Formats: sequence, structure tokens, C-alpha cells
Amino acid sequence: MTIFRHEVRRGRASLAIWTLSIAFLLGVCILIYPEMGAQMDEVGTMFAEMGGFSQAFGMDRINFGDFSGFFAVECGNVLGLGGALFAALAGVQALTKEEQGNTAEFLLTHPVSRIRITAEKLCAAALQVLALNAGCIAVTAVCVRSIEETPSLQTMALLFLAYGLMQLEILAITFGLSAFLRRGGQGVGLGLAAAFYFMNLIANLTERAEFLKYLTPFGYADGAKIVAEEALCGRYCASGAVFAALGIAFAFRFYSRKEIA
Amino acid sequence: MYAIELDRLTKYYGKTRGVEEITLAVRQGEIFGFIGPNGAGKSTTIRMLLGLIERTSGTARILGHEAAKGNTALLAEVGYLPAEVQFYPGMRVREVLRFSAALRKKDCAAQAKSLCERLELDDTKRVETLSLGNRKKVGVVCAMQHEPRLYVMDEPTSGLDPLMQREFYALLKERSAQGATVFLSSHVLSEVQRYCSHAAVIRGGRLLACGSVEQLGHTGAKRVTLRGVGAAPALDGVRSAVPTADGVSFLYSGAPGPLLGALAGLPVADITITEPDLEEVFLHYYQKGGGPHDDLPA
Repeated sequence: MTIFRHEVRRGRASLAIWTLSIAFLLGVCILIYPEMGAQMDEVGTMFAEMGGFSQAFGMDRINFGDFSGFFAVECGNVLGLGGALFAALAGVQALTKEEQGNTAEFLLTHPVSRIRITAEKLCAAALQVLALNAGCIAVTAVCVRSIEETPSLQTMALLFLAYGLMQLEILAITFGLSAFLRRGGQGVGLGLAAAFYFMNLIANLTERAEFLKYLTPFGYADGAKIVAEEALCGRYCASGAVFAALGIAFAFRFYSRKEIA
Repeated sequence: MYAIELDRLTKYYGKTRGVEEITLAVRQGEIFGFIGPNGAGKSTTIRMLLGLIERTSGTARILGHEAAKGNTALLAEVGYLPAEVQFYPGMRVREVLRFSAALRKKDCAAQAKSLCERLELDDTKRVETLSLGNRKKVGVVCAMQHEPRLYVMDEPTSGLDPLMQREFYALLKERSAQGATVFLSSHVLSEVQRYCSHAAVIRGGRLLACGSVEQLGHTGAKRVTLRGVGAAPALDGVRSAVPTADGVSFLYSGAPGPLLGALAGLPVADITITEPDLEEVFLHYYQKGGGPHDDLPA
């Protein structure tokens, strides 16, 4: 557990900044809801009539007068995209940072197997993602209580579960990349997270691109769809689980053989 | 019993040569110098020993273990000091030392304290604020605090001041006296001559010579310095002639008779005949074309 503890300690500052930033934006979104509530019927009608734009963000499928609907789209984008970017960074830097910081030689000449290093780094990164979500859930609970809203607990749990799974999948995929990359991991990780996000927007626009939902973890973390159906799509989740497993398997396999120049 | 046994160890990076057919053996308890110019293949060889990179062919046995990636049994018995020491920024020296000890599942606090005192290293400082020399000291303590059986040190004294270099070698000699083996790569020929019992010379990825430092220095050639003569005598076995302020200096290998005969007809004011300096011999190996079988015959 030495490397796990070391990784968690080293990631504390970044985790705190990301959690505070995302939780702050979530809190602001929730706290402004009552003020927007009065105009929600108009806003909802307006959003529903914005054609492709509404379709892309799923705003044609939900009721903005309902807190869960508002949360799924407005807050969901904050936590979904913000969390995805954090997970991508945590994943892609987990192994590459040793080579970027020239510490790989120090770490890998200690009697710790590469399998163990990979496993402990993966667990530390996953814990950071879960901690970010826990922080966001806590802030959401406090803010929702302060505005005296009573959204369906099941819907809220499904939304947070979907965002959590989506971030863990992105973490697993970028972790696989981090075993392969030597430099420039951050750009690749952030770019991939953004690409996943836009793939889902495109898939929402046209049925012909719906296959993209099998490729992007945003497919099953589409807040509007979750609120409308009160469920996660099992097929998209299964596809995501396969990609996550492949990412992790690749990381273990490749890092064990990687040449440290 | 050998601590390190390399047999035709070869590494290619794609089509680019790393090292070719390195064969050498280092006895336990020995301080062994591995010398060669930049890009000769010293670090590549060391990285293969430690399993950081995979060999293309050949074998490498370290303390009876096969050198391979992630061979934790091997790494547990080795203390490694890289040429360029880097640590995790934000950590204090004592945290780095504790982290290194924890990775080895050992309590090295007493050794770490003693080594820090001897090397005059302040363990409360953050590693990113340290000078190159002090970072090197942290690396030395990391490599020595667990008292390994084998020390692998890549350019260990670069950045250390002369006093610290002396203390560092005193530490190595103590560990060697206790039975530990030291394998160090160095550019500093004088320190190899002073501290190592055996050495190998590598250039262009190939081993040029390997043996005791005394043997390596004994080439059979003599350094002849003449005063009052402007040019070296035209004689077989004369080479590497360099003019001096009032004469000429050259290397001569061969029987003394022809040299004395050639000098008899010259206006020699003074003559000195010495063994060539070991540094001179090693520098010869460094130079392109130099090798154990040319220019400096044994």
C-alpha cells in the first residue's frame, strides 16, 4: 500500500481544487434554481423548441419545472464534463508522470513488481475519482436541502451512479493509455474526454449516429435520458464495462513490459 | 563467486545499437569500474542489469538472479544510484528516504541518519530546493541505507565536491570491506585508478578491455620524453609523439636496443622513460581507433 498512499498524498492538492471547483459550480446551479423556478415553464418551452440544440443536450425530453430535470441537464453537465476531465487527467497521468518527472528510474529500481505499481496507482486514481464524486454529492445534498426541494432519491442516485461509472470508465481507458504514452499525456486525456462528450451530443442529434453511444461513456450518463426513463441503459453500460476492462488489462500488460529509457 | 556475470549481453533499440556482446564478470566484494565516453553504452548496460530495459540477447546474472523486468528478488539486494537523480517534487529529504525504505519494507532510519550525518545532508529540506550535489547525496543515501549486497552507481560523484567525493568513496570502501560489491560507471579516470580493483572499458557499445586496473595500465609501452630534440626518432614502435617546450614526448613499445641506438645519434640534453599514466592509457581507449590490440600493445 506504500505506492497507493504515496499517490493519494501526491494527488491531494489537485483533487481538492477540482472537487471545490466542480462542487462550487454545482452548488451555484442548485441555489439559483428557485429564482429560475418561476420562469421555468417559459424556459422549458423555449429550450424544447430549440431543435437540434435541445435534442443534443436532451432538453426536449425533460421538464425544466421539475428539479430533477433541471439538475440532470444543468448540473449534470457540470459534474459530467468536469468529472470526466478530472478522471481523464487522473488516469492518463497515473503512469506517464513517472517518466515525465524522471522518477520512473527511482520507482522501478525498488523491489516492487510492476503489476503491484500498476494496481496501486489504479486504485489511488479510482479513489480520487470516488472522493470527488462524494464531495459533489455532499454539496448537492446540502444545497438541495437549503432550497427545500425534494427530488426523487432514486433519480438522483441513478444520476450520480451514472456520472461515477462514466468517470471510472474514462479513468480506466486513459489509464490504459498512460501505460503506453511517455510524454504529452494530459492533452491526450483531456482531448479524449472532450471527444467522448461531443460523440454523445452527435449521437443525440441523429439516429444514424446512435452507435456512438456504445463508444462513449456519456451514452449511459445522459442525464435527460436517465430522468425520462428512470434507468441506466444496460447495453451502453455493458459496452462501457468492456472498454474499461480493456483499458485496465492493456495497462497491466503493457506497463509490465515497458522499456524505461 | 561472481556478483555480476554478463555473457554476450546485447541490446538493440530497433536497428540502433545499444551495446553488443558485453561479456564480463565482477567478483563479490570487488569495486569494479565501468568506464567509457558518453554514449558508449554504460547506462544501457546498467539499465539491463536492473531490468529497466530488456536485453536483445545474451545473459545477465546478478547475485545469482536473472536480470529481468520487475525481478523484485534481485532489486531487493541492489542499491542503485542513477546518473541524474530525480525525486518527487514537494517531498522533504526525510520523506523520500522513508518512502524508499517503505518500498523495500525495511526500517532504515538508523542507517539513513548515519549516512545523512556523514554526507552532511539536511533531511528537512524539500528535494526541489536542493543543489545537484545535495540531490546526489539523497540518491546515495537511498542506495545505501538498506545495506544491499550490490551497489550499482552510474556516474556517482558528478556534482559532489572533492571532500564529499572522498567521504563517498570511504563509504563504498567500508561496504566493500564488509563483503558488498560495487559496480560503478565513471568518466573520472583518476577515481577509477584510485578506488577500483578491476575495470572494464567500453566504447561504441563494445567492450574494449576488462581486467585488473593494474593489468589495464600495464601496456608494455613506455612514455619517452626527450629534451633538446625537436622530433621523435623514426623508429618502429614510436607513436603518439607530442612536442614539449624544449623537446618531444612519445610512446615507445619494443625492445630497448633499437631505441637507444636511434637516440645515440641525436643531441639529447635529457631523457626520461616512464610507464604511461593510467589516465593516458584509458584516454587512448576512449579515442576512436584505440583498442586493446592496437597502438598500445600489451
